[in-house]
Amino acid sequence: MRELTFEDVTVRFGSRRSGTVAVDGVDLVVPAGRIVGLVGESGSGKSTLARAAVGLAPLAAGRILLDGQPITGLRTRPLQMIFQDPYSALDPRMSIGASIAEAMPRGTGDKRAEVGRLLELVGLAADRAGARPDELSGGQRQRVALARALSGKPEVIVADEITSALDVSIQGAVLNAVRDLQRRMRLTMLFISHNLAVVRYVSDIVAVMRQGRIVEYGPVDEVLLDPQHEYTRELLAAVPRPGVPLGT
Amino acid sequence: MKATAARRWTGALRSPLGITAAVLLAAVVLLAVVAPLIWSGRADAVQSAEILQGPSSAHPVGTDLLGRDILARVLVATRLSVGLALLATAIGVTAGLLLGTANVLLGRWIGRWVGTLINIAVAFPSLLLALFFAVIFGVGAKGAVLAIGFATAPGFARLTQTMAATVSGRDFIAAARVAGIGRMRILVRHVLPNIAEPLIVSATMAAGSALLAFASLSFLGLGVQAPSYDWGRLLGEGLAQIYVHPAGALAAGVAVVLAAMAFNLSGEAVARAIGLRSAQTGRRTEHTYEPPPADPEPDGPDQPLLAVENLHVTFPAAGGPVTPVRGVSLSVRRGEAIGIVGESGSGKSLTALAIAQLIEHPGRVRAERLEFLGTDLREKADHRRLLGTSLSMVFQDPMTSLNPTQRVGRQLAEVVREHQGADRRTAWRRAVDRLAAVRIPSAERRAKQLPHEFSGGMRQRAMIGMGVMANPQLIIADEPTTALDVTVQRQVLQLIANIRAAERVGLLFISHDVTVVGQVCERVLVMYAGRIVEDLPTDALLHDARHPYTRALVAAVPDMTTDRNAPLAVIPGRPPDPHDLPAGCPYAPRCLLATDRCRREDPALTTYAIGRRVACWHADQAPAAIPDNRTTVPDDDKTDDPIAAPLGGERP
Repeated sequence: MRELTFEDVTVRFGSRRSGTVAVDGVDLVVPAGRIVGLVGESGSGKSTLARAAVGLAPLAAGRILLDGQPITGLRTRPLQMIFQDPYSALDPRMSIGASIAEAMPRGTGDKRAEVGRLLELVGLAADRAGARPDELSGGQRQRVALARALSGKPEVIVADEITSALDVSIQGAVLNAVRDLQRRMRLTMLFISHNLAVVRYVSDIVAVMRQGRIVEYGPVDEVLLDPQHEYTRELLAAVPRPGVPLGT
Repeated sequence: MKATAARRWTGALRSPLGITAAVLLAAVVLLAVVAPLIWSGRADAVQSAEILQGPSSAHPVGTDLLGRDILARVLVATRLSVGLALLATAIGVTAGLLLGTANVLLGRWIGRWVGTLINIAVAFPSLLLALFFAVIFGVGAKGAVLAIGFATAPGFARLTQTMAATVSGRDFIAAARVAGIGRMRILVRHVLPNIAEPLIVSATMAAGSALLAFASLSFLGLGVQAPSYDWGRLLGEGLAQIYVHPAGALAAGVAVVLAAMAFNLSGEAVARAIGLRSAQTGRRTEHTYEPPPADPEPDGPDQPLLAVENLHVTFPAAGGPVTPVRGVSLSVRRGEAIGIVGESGSGKSLTALAIAQLIEHPGRVRAERLEFLGTDLREKADHRRLLGTSLSMVFQDPMTSLNPTQRVGRQLAEVVREHQGADRRTAWRRAVDRLAAVRIPSAERRAKQLPHEFSGGMRQRAMIGMGVMANPQLIIADEPTTALDVTVQRQVLQLIANIRAAERVGLLFISHDVTVVGQVCERVLVMYAGRIVEDLPTDALLHDARHPYTRALVAAVPDMTTDRNAPLAVIPGRPPDPHDLPAGCPYAPRCLLATDRCRREDPALTTYAIGRRVACWHADQAPAAIPDNRTTVPDDDKTDDPIAAPLGGERP
């Protein structure tokens, strides 16, 4: 249970002169044991921010702290990430058990038992450990990805659009698993999605991102009931509601 | 998994190609091992009495300048020829792998320099390299092996690099990096296994080429030197006598060709065996099972724009034909908006494609009725004109539906030029007018731009603009907003709604998103496993659906009113495989209400009230059994919606 803090984080792609700034001086706190939902449209920089947190995108400026400690100084990062595409997130040549075991820290005792325990935790039978990813549905794969993230004994999980590639009937199962685990294990979580309804359901706190900057941040009820920033209002108005006329 | 892989390989081995390759390869390897043991005495025996003889029973292809038996020499030379070729290939493959994986192993910066090196090296022909190495190592087998090896390397490195880059871009590599796995282990565990098969194929092929290249070098005197001999040398020696004893020269040539073929065909066979993966895994029994016919929709007072009855779409597959659309009946009237909702694989997109006559061979469409504007589309006639002007399709991905090399305006103009014979200027004016109609700002200037200069939402609007170039009667939109952001989605949905209202156009709106469909359409058809399982008005969708699947689908989607403290509803199991549909109701294995009857008999889509059809034996119990997760909002009082209330003025 740790607090993840972004301090004036800037990520730039390409050269200093002609490159683009994907994340522009972001300050964001993910309090310990809470879920912060990060919403924004494509190109707003939310995925880049996530990748920066786990070290997949280099910072141009600023720092990322875990309980006040700069994250780059830590030998093993207690951060794990879950990706959007369940079909690309697991190695097709490895059994799911091997994929999960791979992320375990050294010195884990009985790896097989631990794999079984994690599979049960995300709602899959422990004896599926020998299965290959192509035997699983998208939702099951995404739950395996969740188990793999948990196997690294993380204190912080970054989830990047983890349900947007899934069918709606499966999305529910994955969201339930995420919420249930987070509550039981008191994980700190940065949950990224473009879907406001999903973020509202999962998160305690919402951050709205636009053009590389955080434009609004606050408890989920406050932000969604009483948005302060114009862009947040625009986003909320655009959420489809059955039976409500579209307007012109 | 293992069993299917084994079956794939035995299948490939049993094909004529596989048999030929295996036999040839076995023969070459056997000869390489055995021939020198048996025939080397005979091949080296100098018999001055039998110099340069033609074929005879003692010497089937004659003798050479020293009276040695040519056939024996060709057979004995197998070991050296094949061995050197394999050695050269091994050098090439190893060097290629090292260079090609530099990107993964040494990081991006060094990888880029190595990539440049590979690009330069690819440009040098192997003969030039061979001469170069001959200068360094001296003329001989060593120089030739290195030459051919290093000439193979750049091509192999390029292949490895490209494939490794593709695999490295995938999320499981990123996940491994996040987990702190080292570069070497990532390469060995994740990258190499995923690119191994094509590399093996390419290495086999490279062995064949190396054999030929080696023969050429030896033939030219740059390869193996006397007294050793390989096929290339034998060919060279025989060539001097080709007019006198053609058989002597040809024997070595035939050996080269056969051995090279053995390698190339093996590579080909392996490639086929690997390529078969995506096809049918395992043989399934063919189901020619038909769902019971659905109640047709009663014809209204005016003739429908589109009338479809009992539509089937079938595709051939290795285990027997599959039918992803099984007996869909629907009709769309003028100005009506109908939504089709379903999950991936439910057949909703194929239904749309079948109506627009866009199912390509070998897919087959059949229907009892398929009428658009009174024209029977099943007749073998050219419907292009009718469909081109009166029906318009909007697809999910606006980037791939516009030609990236042509100006947007010109692509729009083409529609009216093609179908209405308008001249260039009129067509262009109409295109600009339509772009303005779909609210593209400064349409005149934008029309001259290329698709990549448009944003995603603008491209989709341009596509819709193209759809309304020639006053369509029906718009089929297949997930038109799935790739778009919510604010852009809203604009596009509004645009479609406006066009529909202004010109009384029929709309068939396909989506996986019940909330979007609920907002755009008046009537919803829910599809599951290739058929319509429920047909209901949109206002009944949220609270009064009768099919357990519809209810579960609606409950599973969180919206802005979902109770945050209760778990989301889930649908257990997964949709049925179209190759292997169950006998009864296809939803029965996942259904809470399923009884023996459901597992035995498939319910037909039956009308139970005006404008409402459902295919379920237990439709009357469904509302009580599967609660919706919505906090009930009275239809007439939307301000209970906790999100809507403070937005008051903002909301339409």
